[in-house]
Amino acid sequence: MNKRIGHIVEINANMVTVGLEDFVIQNEVAYILHGGLRLKAEVIRVRDDRAQMQVYESTSGLKVGEQVEFSDELLSAELGPGLLGQIFDGLQNPLPALAKECGFFLKRGVYLEALSDSEWGFTPLVKKGEHVLAGSKLGFVPEKVFKHYIMVPFGLKGVLEVVDISAQARRGIKEKIAVLKDQSGKLHEVFLKQRWPVKLPIQAYAEKLRPAEPLITKMRLIDSLFPVSRGGTYCIPGPFGAGKTVLQQLTSRHAEVDIVIIAACGERAGEVVETLKTFPELIDPRTNSPLIDRTVIICNTSSMPVAARESSVYTAVTIAEYYRQMGLNVLLLADSTSRWAQAMREMSGRLEEIPGEEAFPAYLESRIASFYERAGLVRLHDGSTGSVTIGGAVSPAGGNFEEPVTQATLKVVGAFHGLSRERSDARRYPAIDPLISWSKYKGFIEEKKENAGHEALRKSYEIFQMMKVIGEEGISLSDYIAYLKGEFFDFVYLQQNAFDAVDEATSKERQIYIFDFIHDILLTDFKLEDKEQALRFFQKLRQLLRTWNSSAWMSAEFKQIEEEISILLEEKRIPEEK
Amino acid sequence: MQKVYTSIIQIAGDVITVEAEGVGYNDVAQISSRQGTSLAQVIRIAGEKVFLQVFAGSRGISTGDKVRFLGRPMVVASGDDLLGRIFNGSGAPLDHGPEISENTIDIGGPPVNPVKRIIPSKMIRTGIPMIDVFNSLVESQKLPIFSIPGEPYNELLARIAIQAEVDIIILGGMGLKYDDYLFFKETLRQHGALSRSIFFMHTASDPVVECLLVPDMALAVAEDFALKGRRVLVLLSDMTNFADALKEISITMEQVPSNRGYPGDLYSQLASRYEKAVDFEGAGSITILAATTMPGDDVTHPVPDNTGYITEGQFYLKSGVIEPFGSLSRLKQQVNGKTRPDHRAIMDTMIQLFASYRQTVEKQAMGFQMSAWDKKLLKYGGLFEKDMMSLKVNIPLEDALDLGWEILAEAFSPEETAIKRSLIEEYWPKNSR
Repeated sequence: MNKRIGHIVEINANMVTVGLEDFVIQNEVAYILHGGLRLKAEVIRVRDDRAQMQVYESTSGLKVGEQVEFSDELLSAELGPGLLGQIFDGLQNPLPALAKECGFFLKRGVYLEALSDSEWGFTPLVKKGEHVLAGSKLGFVPEKVFKHYIMVPFGLKGVLEVVDISAQARRGIKEKIAVLKDQSGKLHEVFLKQRWPVKLPIQAYAEKLRPAEPLITKMRLIDSLFPVSRGGTYCIPGPFGAGKTVLQQLTSRHAEVDIVIIAACGERAGEVVETLKTFPELIDPRTNSPLIDRTVIICNTSSMPVAARESSVYTAVTIAEYYRQMGLNVLLLADSTSRWAQAMREMSGRLEEIPGEEAFPAYLESRIASFYERAGLVRLHDGSTGSVTIGGAVSPAGGNFEEPVTQATLKVVGAFHGLSRERSDARRYPAIDPLISWSKYKGFIEEKKENAGHEALRKSYEIFQMMKVIGEEGISLSDYIAYLKGEFFDFVYLQQNAFDAVDEATSKERQIYIFDFIHDILLTDFKLEDKEQALRFFQKLRQLLRTWNSSAWMSAEFKQIEEEISILLEEKRIPEEK
Repeated sequence: MQKVYTSIIQIAGDVITVEAEGVGYNDVAQISSRQGTSLAQVIRIAGEKVFLQVFAGSRGISTGDKVRFLGRPMVVASGDDLLGRIFNGSGAPLDHGPEISENTIDIGGPPVNPVKRIIPSKMIRTGIPMIDVFNSLVESQKLPIFSIPGEPYNELLARIAIQAEVDIIILGGMGLKYDDYLFFKETLRQHGALSRSIFFMHTASDPVVECLLVPDMALAVAEDFALKGRRVLVLLSDMTNFADALKEISITMEQVPSNRGYPGDLYSQLASRYEKAVDFEGAGSITILAATTMPGDDVTHPVPDNTGYITEGQFYLKSGVIEPFGSLSRLKQQVNGKTRPDHRAIMDTMIQLFASYRQTVEKQAMGFQMSAWDKKLLKYGGLFEKDMMSLKVNIPLEDALDLGWEILAEAFSPEETAIKRSLIEEYWPKNSR
C-alpha cells in the first residue's frame, strides 16, 4: 500500500496545516519529514483539502512545502509485560533508554519502542478449541510480583476459538503465542503485547459495578472523613503551595492498591525526579519489594512539548485500564489536569475556535468527564474484579475554585479534597479544608462517629468566627471548650506530619482505634474552671497526642503514652449522668 | 543561502509580514532600515507570508526595507570570554568591549531528560534567617521573589548573589531601571564578584520586545556552563516585564487572550524558562532567582499565579521583609533534615506560633481583651519580628536556630510550644537571656 502524503502549507507554533492529496483520518498519527527527522503529529481538524495537526515536538526550523506521511493509525499505547517500573514520556517513549541514546537532552524525532526486546516465561491457561472473548486470559508471564496475564486483544469482536496456543516456554515480546478464529472464520494472531488507541476506553469486561470498598490511603483526613472508594474518582484542587503534589506523592507511596500509575502532566520535572530516585529504595510493606516495581510513571513535564501533555493523560489511563483487565486494583494519580486543559486551550486558540469561559474550548467539560469516566470497578469475564481509581490534582488560576476546570471536574468526581491557602499558611498539613471538602463514598469509620467529627469541626469554626467579632470574653466557657475541642481534633488527627516516619502513614486499624479514642474526648464533658485552664488542658493533651502519633503502633512507648493521656483525662472527666 | 527580500507587506505592532520562500520556523532575520539593523524572528508562516517579530520595534521600518534571513534560529555566544562582560537584549556588547561571535549556541534548546536530573541536595546559605531557617534555598532551585514596585527586591537578589557559593552569576535584566542596573554592577564590583558575572541587560528605555530574548540568552549561557561542571546562579528581574512583552506580541498576532489579555500559553512559556533550572548528573547546576512584581499587589494576577505553579516555592517580599506566610521553599525538606536535629521543629513551631500571634494582633486591633496567652503571643511576635524577620539580620543558620530557642524560651514554657519532649530536653535554654 502506498503511503498517503501531504505537504506543509502553514506553521503556527506547534500547529501545522497540511495540504492533502488523498483522504485523511481524524486523530490519525502523521510524521513530518524534516531533514533526516520524523516528527510525530496528530490530525485534529480537517477542512476542505487541508488537515490541521498538532505536532508533538518543537516545530523550530520546519518549512512550508516539507512532506508529511500519514500512518493510518490512531495514537496508540503498547501494552504488555515490562511496563512496571518504567518511566515514559507522553508518547510512551522510555526515558531511561532515551537518555542512554541521546544524553542529557530530549532530542526531537527520536522514538523508541515502549517495551524493550525481552523474553518472558509464558504459561498457557487455555487449550486448543476453547472459546474466548476479547479480554479473556490466554496465559500469563511473571512480571515483578504479579502474574501478568496475556489477554485476547481488546479490539476483537464476538466469541473466538483458540486455534493454536503456545506451550509453556520462554517467549520473546514480539513472538506469536496464540492464533484465534473469529465467527467469520478470520484468523487473528496474538502476541505478548498488543496496541490500543489511547483515546478510547478499554471495555472488554462483563459489567461495571458501583465502587464499594474503601481505598486506604493511610492519610487520616482522607480515610476517616473524606474516603475514596476503589474504582472511584476524586480531585484535589488547590492554589500553588498548598501541598497538592506532596499529597499525591504520599498517596502514591502508601495507598493500598496493586499498581500506581503516576501521570506527571505539565508539572515540574524535579518532582518526577524525586519519585524516580526514591521509589527504587522504598520497600512496599505489602509485597516486600521496591515501590518502583508496582509503579509506572508517565511524565510530560512543563518544559516538554505541550501537545504531548494531552496524550500523557490518555496513555496513563490506558495503561491503568490494561492492568485492571488482569483483575488488579490500579490507582491513577494525575498531576495536574489543569495543565492538560491548558494544552487543549492553546490548541483551541490556534485553531481559532470560538472560546468559552477563560478562553477554554467549549468541549472542555465533556473531555474532562469522559476522562474521569474511565475509572471504575469492573467485573471481568472470568468473574474476578479489577478497578481503576483516578485522583486528579487541579491547579485553579488564582486558587479560585469557580474557574472552569475545577467546576467541570467537580461535576464528575465522587470526592472533593479542596486544599486551602489558609490551612497551608498555618502549616496545617495536609491542607485539605474539612469545611469545604466532601465525599460520596463510604469509609471504614462508623457513620455516626464520622458525623460527630464533622460536627465538632463545624461548631469549632463557627465559634471561632464568633470570637473574631465579639472577642474571647464574649463567649461562654462551654462554647470556648467546643472551640478548643475542634482545634484539638484538627491538630492531633487531621494534621499529619509527612516527615515523621510513623506519623506519615496511619493504618486502618490504628485510625479506627485513635478515632474512637478522640471521638470519646469530643463527647466528654470536662471539669474546667475557666478559659485559661481549658486552654492549658487542651494544650497538654495536644502535645501528648502528637507524641503518641509518632510512636510505633502498639509499642511499649505507645501504650505508655496512652496511659498518660488516660490519667490526664480521668482527672478532669465529669462522669456521664445515667 | 542568505536571500534578501524587500517585500514587506504588513507592519502591525512590532510584527512585520514579508513574502518569502524556504524560511524555517523560528529562524532569525536581519532587517536593515534607516534606524539601523535589527534582529527579527519568525513566529508564523502561512504559505508565502512570513510573520516576524522585530526585536528593536517596528518604528521607522519602511515597506521597502531589506529583510535578510540568516537560515538559523537565534544563537548566543558562550564561554569564559563572556565573564565580566555586559550585553544588551540582543546579545550585543554594552561595555565597549569586543563583539564575541565564537562558540555560539542555540537559545531555547531542547528540554532536559528528567531521568538525567538528580535530586537537589545542597543548601545555599544566605545568612538570612527567614530563608536559611524557614525556607532554605537549594542549589538548582527555581524561585521567584514576589513583590511590588518600591520593595527592595533587587537589593535582596544582589545580596543573595554575593553571599551564595556559586561559580558564575548571570544577571538577566528585563525592563530594569538604569539605576538598578548600576546598583547591581556596583554591588557586584564592591564584593569582587564582577569578574565571575555576566550581564544581559534590557533597560526600561529599550524596545519592549527586545526583553523577550533576555531569559533565553541568560539561560542558554548558563546551561552551557552547567554542562561544563560549573554551578551557575541566574538572576532575572523582572519577569513580569517579560510576560507583558509576550502579551504584546500575542495581541498583535490576534490570538485569543485567556486571562487579562495574556496568551493562553503563558504557563508553558514561563515554564520552559524556569525549567532550565537543573542539577545535572555528573556536571554542574543552574539555580534561578527571579523577581516578579505583582501588579496591584495581587498574587492571583496571571503572572505571579502561573509562576507560582511552575517554581519550587516563592518568597514574598512585603514591607521590606520576607513574609513568612505564603513564602515557601518546596525543596527545603531536601536539606533541612541534614542540618541540625532541631531545624524542622524550630521552623514549624515558630511559624505556627507566629500565625497565632497574627490572629491576636487582629483581635487586639479590634479592641478585645487580651488573655494571658494573648500577651505571651504578643511578646513572642514582637521578638520574632525584631530579631528574626528583619533583613538586616545576617547570621549563620546555627546561630539563627539558637536564637529561635531563645525567643521561644523568653515568651513561653516548653509545653506551650508543643515541641517533642526529646528536643526540648536537648535544646531548651537552661537560663534564658
